[in-house]
Amino acid sequence: MRPLSYARPHDAATAVAMVQRNPDAAFLAGGTTEVDLLRIGVHRHDLLVDINELPYREVEELPGGGLRLGALSRMSDVARDPRVMARFPAVSQALLLGASEQLRNMASIGGNLCQRVRCGYFRDGISPCNKRDPGAGCAAVDGLNRGHAVLGTSPQCIATHPSDLAVALVAFDAVVHVIGPGGSRAIAVDDFYLLPGDAPQREHPLGRGELIVAVDLPGEVIAARSTYVKVRDRQSYEFALVSVAAALTVSGGVVQDVRLALGGVGTKPWRARIAEAELVGAPATRESYERAAVAEMSGAEVREHNAFKVPLAQRTIARVLAAAA
Amino acid sequence: MSPVVGQEVDRVDGPAKVTGAARYTGEIVLQDLAYGAIVGATIPSGRVRRIELDRALAADGVLAVLTHENLPKIAEPPHLLPSLVGAAAPGESFFPMQDAAVHYAGQPVAVVVADSHERAQFAASLVRVEYDRTASVTTIDEARDSAYEPRTLFGGLMPARMAHGDVDAGLAVADLRVDVAYRFAANHHNALETSATTAAWDGDRLTLYDSTMGIRATQLTVAHLLGMPVSDVRVVTHFVGGGFGGKAMTWPHVTLAAMAARQVDRPVRLMLTRTQAFTSTGHREEQEQTMSLGARRDGTLTALRHHKLSLTSPFDDWAEPATGTTTQVYACPNVEGVHRLVRGNVMTSTFTRGPGETVGMFVLETAMDELAYALGVDPVELRLRCHADTDPRGNPWSSDGLAECLGVAAESFGWSGRDPRPRTRRDGDWLIGTGMAAAAYPVAFFMPTQRARARIYAGGDAVVQTGTQEFGTGVTTVMTQVAADALGLPMDAVRFEAGDTDLPNTSAAVGSSGAMMVSAAVHNAAAGLRDQLVAMAVADADSPLHGADPAEVVVEDGRMRLRSRPGVGETYGEVMGRHHLEDAEALGSWTPPPPDTPHGLLTFGAQFAEVAVDPELGLVRVRRLGGAFAPGRVLNPKTARSQLMGGMLWGWARPCWRATGWTRPPAGGTPRAWATTWCPSTPTPRT
Repeated sequence: MRPLSYARPHDAATAVAMVQRNPDAAFLAGGTTEVDLLRIGVHRHDLLVDINELPYREVEELPGGGLRLGALSRMSDVARDPRVMARFPAVSQALLLGASEQLRNMASIGGNLCQRVRCGYFRDGISPCNKRDPGAGCAAVDGLNRGHAVLGTSPQCIATHPSDLAVALVAFDAVVHVIGPGGSRAIAVDDFYLLPGDAPQREHPLGRGELIVAVDLPGEVIAARSTYVKVRDRQSYEFALVSVAAALTVSGGVVQDVRLALGGVGTKPWRARIAEAELVGAPATRESYERAAVAEMSGAEVREHNAFKVPLAQRTIARVLAAAA
Repeated sequence: MSPVVGQEVDRVDGPAKVTGAARYTGEIVLQDLAYGAIVGATIPSGRVRRIELDRALAADGVLAVLTHENLPKIAEPPHLLPSLVGAAAPGESFFPMQDAAVHYAGQPVAVVVADSHERAQFAASLVRVEYDRTASVTTIDEARDSAYEPRTLFGGLMPARMAHGDVDAGLAVADLRVDVAYRFAANHHNALETSATTAAWDGDRLTLYDSTMGIRATQLTVAHLLGMPVSDVRVVTHFVGGGFGGKAMTWPHVTLAAMAARQVDRPVRLMLTRTQAFTSTGHREEQEQTMSLGARRDGTLTALRHHKLSLTSPFDDWAEPATGTTTQVYACPNVEGVHRLVRGNVMTSTFTRGPGETVGMFVLETAMDELAYALGVDPVELRLRCHADTDPRGNPWSSDGLAECLGVAAESFGWSGRDPRPRTRRDGDWLIGTGMAAAAYPVAFFMPTQRARARIYAGGDAVVQTGTQEFGTGVTTVMTQVAADALGLPMDAVRFEAGDTDLPNTSAAVGSSGAMMVSAAVHNAAAGLRDQLVAMAVADADSPLHGADPAEVVVEDGRMRLRSRPGVGETYGEVMGRHHLEDAEALGSWTPPPPDTPHGLLTFGAQFAEVAVDPELGLVRVRRLGGAFAPGRVLNPKTARSQLMGGMLWGWARPCWRATGWTRPPAGGTPRAWATTWCPSTPTPRT
C-alpha cells in the first residue's frame, strides 16, 4: 500500500479545498471500496480526506413527497427507513440485495454511487486496463468476461457497473447534489454516469474537489409500487447477472406509465428508455413486455462468455413487468 | 460423573475466537518485527532477465530485497511427500529464487523486507522485473496431446493405475452401459486467514510461527531446506484460520520468511495477500474424469472404468487420487482406475477439502444415477444392490454403515413417495428435484506413531499436550474431553495444549484422520497417567485402596474409588501428597495398524438434496441438504456436525460453479477466481 496522509476536517469547505489542491487526494466515506483498492494498489491516492465528520447523514423530507438521502447516510439506515420503504420500495430492496449486512452498515450512499467496477482485470493491477491505465488496452474484451456488460460498452471498456442502488435511482430520476470549489450544482443521476467511450477512466462528470452531499428522490406516485429484482448465481453477497428496477401503472388493460432500469448488463446503471417508449400505450400483456425487452436489448454487444445476459435480461424484464402490472 | 466424550461440549476456545483474543500467526507480537512481501512472477514461463531494485530499496523503511541473485542457496532440493506421512512435506519439488527460471505465474522472484507490512507491500510494488517469456501451458486443452501415465502419484505413495479383472470383457457381457465424462475447473482453498509465517532467529536456532495444519511438517521441511538440525527448528501455531488442505504442506514462503529473517537479523513476518493465495499454496488441479459402468438388468455391476486426466506442475507427478474409493464402494469383478497427467506452468497442486474423493465420488454417483434411471430402479435401491460386502481384497469392512446411512438419511429427508419423473414438481417459477448420493472416504493409515503427554499436579489440575494444531476443527475441545474422561477429571481441570513442536509429535492434521490419530495418543497418555496413580494407591499401605485390584478402581472427579464400594477411595492429590509428589506425568503413544491390515477401510455416508431450478432464468438453488454418516465413535456431536456440514457445503459448491480460470495472453497464465457458488440454504445433517 502506497504511503498516504489522512485528514478528517470538520467542515465541507475545508474538505473540498484539500481535495481540490491535491490531484492525488480522494474523499473517504465508508471506505468499503476505497481501502480495498488502496491495499491492492489500484488506487494510488496520497491523501485521504475523511468526510465522516460532515453533516450529511440524514434522510430528509422534500416537498411533494420526495426524500433527500444524505451522502453519508449508511446503506442499511436508508434501506430500513420507513419512508424509503413506503415511497421507494425498489430503492430499499436494491440496497438490501447489495453487499452484506456488515458492508451496508459502513458503506455510504455517496460512496455507493462512486464505487469502482469489479472487473478482475481492473482490480488485478497487472492486466491491460484502460480504466486504470489509459491507453493500455482492455484485457476483458477477449478475456474471462462472463460478468461483463453488453450495453453501453466500447472497445476500450466492457466493465459492468456494479451498483444495485444506482439502478433504482436511475429508474426514478434521482438527482445528485454536489458542492465544489465553484459552488453547488445538481446532476441528474443518469448524467452522473458516463459511458466508457474512449475515456473509460472518466466515470463521472465531477471536477476535482467536487463532493456529493445528497441524492434527491423526487416524489412520484408510481415509485411507491416499484420493485427491484436481482438475478445472480448465488443468493446472497453476489453481484447481479441481471437486475431490474421497475414500476408500472396500467389502466383499462393499457400501460399508462412505466419506469424501467437494468443492472448487471450495462457499463452504467441502465435506464431502459427504448423499452419504456415501447410500453407506454401498449396493451399490458406478456407479449408487450417481451417485445419491449427485446427492443431494449437489441443494441447489446456480446462477448465470448456473456451472450447469455441478453436472453436472461429479456426474460427477467418480462417477468418483472408482468408481476408489477 | 458421566463421560464428556460424546457430549455436545461447546468449544473451549470459542470465547477467545469471538472476542478477538485468539492470536493468529499474523498477530504474534515480537520485538523488532520486520515484514516481508513477495513479488510474484507476472508470466507463467520464462526467465528473469533483469530486476530493477533501486526504487524499492529507496522506499521508506525497506531493510532488504532478496532475489535469486542474493538469496542463499537451499541446502538440499525439496522432495514432495504428503504431510500425513510425518516426514518433510514441501508442497512441490521446487524451491524458487535459486536461479532465474520462472515456471509458473506468482512464483516468488523477490522478497522485500521492510519495517511495516504496508511499506513492504508498497516497496514490492516498486520492484521492476523484466522477463524473457517462453511458451506456456496453463490448461489441459493447451497440451492434451502430451498426456502421460505416471508410474506413481502422490509423492510416490500411490500407483497411478489400479485394476483387477477385465473391464472390456465386463463391458461386453453387460446388459446396459453408462458412460459419463466431466470437466472440472481448478479450485483454490482461500481460507479466511491467508497463509502466514513469522520467523525469529536466536543464534542458530529458529522459531517459526506458522499458519499450518502440520507443525511437524513445517519443522522437518525447513530444517531440510536450510540444512539445519531438526532440533534447532521449533514451530509454533496457536490458531489457524482455516486450512482446507491449502495449509497441509509446507510451501516456499515459509522457508523464505526464515531466510529473510536471517538476512535482516530481525524477526520477519511474511503474510500472503489474498491475490497470492491463488499462486502460493497449491490448488485443486484442473481435471477431466470419465467413467464407464457395465451392468446387468438387476443392477449388479459387470465393469467399472474410471479415468482421470489432470494438469500438474513441471516438477511433480501429482494428482489428487480419484479412483481409490470409487473402485471399492460397489461390488464389481472388473475394475480399472487410471490417472493421466499433463504438465503445465502451474505450481504443484495439492489436497483440497475431501481431496480426490470429492470429485471421484461425484463422477461415480452421477454415473450410478444415470444407471438407476436407465434401469428404472430407485437410486437408493440401486446403491443397496450394488454395495460391496468386502473390499476388493476380500477383507471385511472395518465398519460398514452405508445401508444404515442410506436408510436414515432417506427417512429423515422424506425420500419415499417422491415422484421421480423429471419436471413434475413445481413451486411457482421453480422446478423442484430431489437426488441422493452415497459418500465414502478412506481411513488413512500412512502415518507413524502418534505421541502425547499428560501431567497432573497434586492440586488435581492436569495439562495434556501433543503437537497437533487447531485450525478450526475443534481438536482443542475434543482432546480436552478425551483427556478428562481418561483421567477421571472434570473438563475444567484439564488444559489441552498443542501447536508446538517441542511437544510430543503427531502427524499433520490431514486426511480426516486428526481426531482418530490424536485422540488415540491423548487417551493413552491420560489413561497411562491414571493407571500410574491407581497403581501407586493400591500399592500404598496407607491408602484406602491398598491391595485392591486396579481393574476394580474407577476415577471420578479426581477421586479413585472401588467400583463396587464407592465410599472406599481417595483423591489423586492425597496419594501424591503422601509420596511428596507435586506432579506426575506419563507419555502415551499409538501406532496405526499397517496399511495391509486385513480390513476394508472406508467411512460411509449418504446425502440427499432438494434442488430448485428456474428454467427460464437458469438459476439453481439448493433448498435442502440432508446427510447421514457413519464415522465411527463421535467424540463431540457439535464439532462433528460442523465438520460434516462443512464437507457437504464444499461438496455442493464443487459442482455448482466454483472455479478458478486462467487468463490468456498478454497477462496470460495468471489464475483468476471468476465465478462463485450458488445460494446458501439450510443443510440439515444428522450425526
